[in-house]
Amino acid sequence: MADTMQFDLVSPERSLASLQATAVQLPGADGDLTAMPNHAPTITTLRPGIVRVESPEGNAEFVVTGGFAEVTAAGTSVLAERALPVSEVTQDILDGFVSDAAAASSNATAENLDELAKRTVDIAAMASDLGLSVKG
Amino acid sequence: MPNLKDLKNRIESVKSTRKITKAMQMVAAAKLRRAQEAAEAGRPYAERFNAVLGGLAASSGGDSAPKLLSGTGSDQVHMLVVMTAERGLCGGFNSSIAKMARAKAEELIASGKTVKMLTVGKKGREQLKRDFEDTMVDHVDLSSVRNVGYDNAQGIANDLIHRFNEGEFDVATIFYNKFESVISQIPTAQQVIPASFDAPEEGAEEASTVYDYEPSEEGILATLLPSGVATQVFTALLENGASEQGARMSAMDNATRNAGDMIDKLTIQYNRSRQAVITNELIEIISGAEAL
Repeated sequence: MADTMQFDLVSPERSLASLQATAVQLPGADGDLTAMPNHAPTITTLRPGIVRVESPEGNAEFVVTGGFAEVTAAGTSVLAERALPVSEVTQDILDGFVSDAAAASSNATAENLDELAKRTVDIAAMASDLGLSVKG
Repeated sequence: MPNLKDLKNRIESVKSTRKITKAMQMVAAAKLRRAQEAAEAGRPYAERFNAVLGGLAASSGGDSAPKLLSGTGSDQVHMLVVMTAERGLCGGFNSSIAKMARAKAEELIASGKTVKMLTVGKKGREQLKRDFEDTMVDHVDLSSVRNVGYDNAQGIANDLIHRFNEGEFDVATIFYNKFESVISQIPTAQQVIPASFDAPEEGAEEASTVYDYEPSEEGILATLLPSGVATQVFTALLENGASEQGARMSAMDNATRNAGDMIDKLTIQYNRSRQAVITNELIEIISGAEAL
């Protein structure tokens, strides 16, 4: 069947998903993109955001905090530094992301200041998508 | 000839030692299963990551490549990251890593290079301290960490990258034990900075795919290389964790068996001397009766 492709989501600690998907929405560093079967081969870095997977068995959503995705005609693999299903994200975990980002920003160098500031904004945007809020 | 009471005490003490080693063996077996699962769960990520990074690195080699990939152009100062366990009683696990690191350090010093050491895990530090204390730059203590996570690896990797950017060293190598099986762990040295990758196999299908890169090939490479270091450190930590438990399990299995043998031997000795005492008493009684 050409209308599905292999989708894998792996983090360094475990493999979160491996299934047949019809479309995968990725939060690319340069903007969101949707990968579908027979997509042109692409490698993109990810910003903090939500990966949405559409599959014949239903949809799934995962929160990722960075990493990269490899899209080929036959499948999509997301290699996330930290990833977890949306249902497992609580305010505490979100606060953890925020404090990590804040800690990174506080010892930022001139070159990566923009990048880290963007990261903080991305996390806030992700939080509002999830219906949670960022404190402070 | 030790008397009966001494022998009895001795047997009791070996018995309680056997109980301890037996318990440690069982704990190690349970932990080994968990550590092995963790190592297996981390494998897909590391494999994919290295495949992608290897492809990127091969295609964007040259002068413009980031320093983490191309190196500083010198190999004068070597950083040896020695990863060992926090605890002992695991056979030759810690010694084999320390031995390998020591050999490498001596070889480097003999050829006029400067050696710096960063130790992860207490045991390796203890073994190497005598000869290399002045070369040790830092120590990472993981004794309070129950399950090694990616965060720990990232911490070590960030520290390494920071030192590299500050120009503290030119080449970094990590030493760890690769888990082969419960009875076999292979001490491994792996160069992480500048990054080295296994060349993609010739004619492999993936290698021929031309990818679009977002944001750009160089941009991705620059973001991924630090994560690549972290991934390699993480893989090493996981392999080390599984190896440690495997080594401890077989060491404790041996110890338990030795204790069993010892108990058997001591019991025979105990029974012999008990019989000797009885025989002695009988002889005394009989010869006493005959003398009358």
